[in-house]
Amino acid sequence: MKRLVDVRGLEVVRAGRTVLSLPRLTIAQGEVLALMGPNGAGKSTLLLAIAGLLPPTRGEIWFAGERLTRRNALALRRRMALVLQEPQLLSTTVWNNVALGLRFRRLPRPEIRQRTETWLERLGIAHLAQRRAGQLSGGEAQRVSLARAFALEPDLLLLDEPFSALDTETRADLIADLRHLLAASGATALLVTHYEEEARQLATRTLRLVDGKPAD
Amino acid sequence: MAFVWRGLLQAIELLWQGDAEVLGITLLSLKVSGLATSLSLLIGLPLGTLLALGRFRGRSFLLSLANTGMALPPVVVGLGVSILLWRSGPLGSLRLIYTPAAIVIAQVIIAVPVVTSLTAAALQQLDPRLRLQLLGLGASQIQVVFTLWLEARLPLLAALMAGFGSVISEVGASMMVGGNIRGQTRVLTTAIVLETGKGQFDRAIALSILLLTLTFLVNLGLTLIQQRRPPL
Ligand SMILES: Nc1ncnc2c1ncn2[C@@H]1O[C@H](COP(=O)(O)OP(=O)(O)OP(=O)(O)O)[C@@H](O)[C@H]1O
Ligand SMILES: [Mg+2]
Repeated sequence: MKRLVDVRGLEVVRAGRTVLSLPRLTIAQGEVLALMGPNGAGKSTLLLAIAGLLPPTRGEIWFAGERLTRRNALALRRRMALVLQEPQLLSTTVWNNVALGLRFRRLPRPEIRQRTETWLERLGIAHLAQRRAGQLSGGEAQRVSLARAFALEPDLLLLDEPFSALDTETRADLIADLRHLLAASGATALLVTHYEEEARQLATRTLRLVDGKPAD
Repeated sequence: MAFVWRGLLQAIELLWQGDAEVLGITLLSLKVSGLATSLSLLIGLPLGTLLALGRFRGRSFLLSLANTGMALPPVVVGLGVSILLWRSGPLGSLRLIYTPAAIVIAQVIIAVPVVTSLTAAALQQLDPRLRLQLLGLGASQIQVVFTLWLEARLPLLAALMAGFGSVISEVGASMMVGGNIRGQTRVLTTAIVLETGKGQFDRAIALSILLLTLTFLVNLGLTLIQQRRPPL
């Protein structure tokens, strides 16, 4: 299968400490890789590095055959989408939040409208389109955050513990939905999770990090 | 206390008649302070943004400098600008002393730290992870800045109002660098000082009412913008 992400000899030093040291990691197209490990293991750090938001101290990150540098960071970033543990919605309508990344990309208006509609629908939040972000429940907000990422139809989805703030039921619902969406879109994803269950249901492979290093 | 009441009535009469001089003074105040506020926004918004979001040495120092600048006494600014613009001073050849332009310069110096400092505070109040999220959705650095401005529009407009408030109400600097010349550099605050000194309370009260009304209307306009639902 084609290689989408290739991380070589990656080292990230934060506040004087090596928090990530990864000799090699490849993610193939269509793969859903679960990233597990205790708090502070470097999972979020890896996600941010691949997203080009945290410059590596050493090593290289390749994305779709291109080496990630300062110069192409924006272009490559626009082929990915990031979902954080807390949704980080803007204080505007749900619609505007979902359209946000599409507007950043300056897509034509009709396309923005069509994609926003589609993904609001697919995540079951079309009825909330005109609701303000501040008036959503945690689960609804997380759906908005996912819709916002999926609407970009990215080559790579970076999901950092997207369900950890949710109750068991909401989470089961969302996981089921996400599983369908991932399967249907054939998207490649890197999913940080603390739950074996989540990894088993969503991922095709699991990488465990401990103290910034891969553990077996 | 009767003379206050009488002053108030005479003030209303003055306003009602549309006294040309009073009108001219009011318009000049609005022009000078409006221009000074706009310029301080042009300088303070990017500067405050840089101080809030940038990562460079001396950032905290500059931020505390801006915070201190909020308490800059207008008379000190007036003194500094006077020295600069004095006929024999370093910028004396520009012949700006005792012109409305001199007042604008002094007021910009007064308002820039206010706008800068409150802009920085407004942006630092946002969750730092929001920036990562925006970048992670494909925003360019410029798009991040614009989105954060939009997200912080309430405190940013408050910063603008505070900037306008600091200059429309100051008298020391306007007096010193403008000279309170009738028909040329007389603004509402300096005129109030003058009329009060002469015991002309009716005119002083009329001018005060105008000053308060002007300030109210400008802030009303900004508040209406502030409380409107966001366009994005
Ligand atoms: N902004 C930062 N500055 C300095 N060090 C940081 C910063 N963010 C994280 N770290 C450190 O980097 C290490 C890895 O953090 P990271 O956030 O990648 O862990 P994580 O695996 O995502 O943990 P969690 O499961 O708690 O989210 C930790 O030791 C953390 O203290
Ligand atoms: Mg983390």
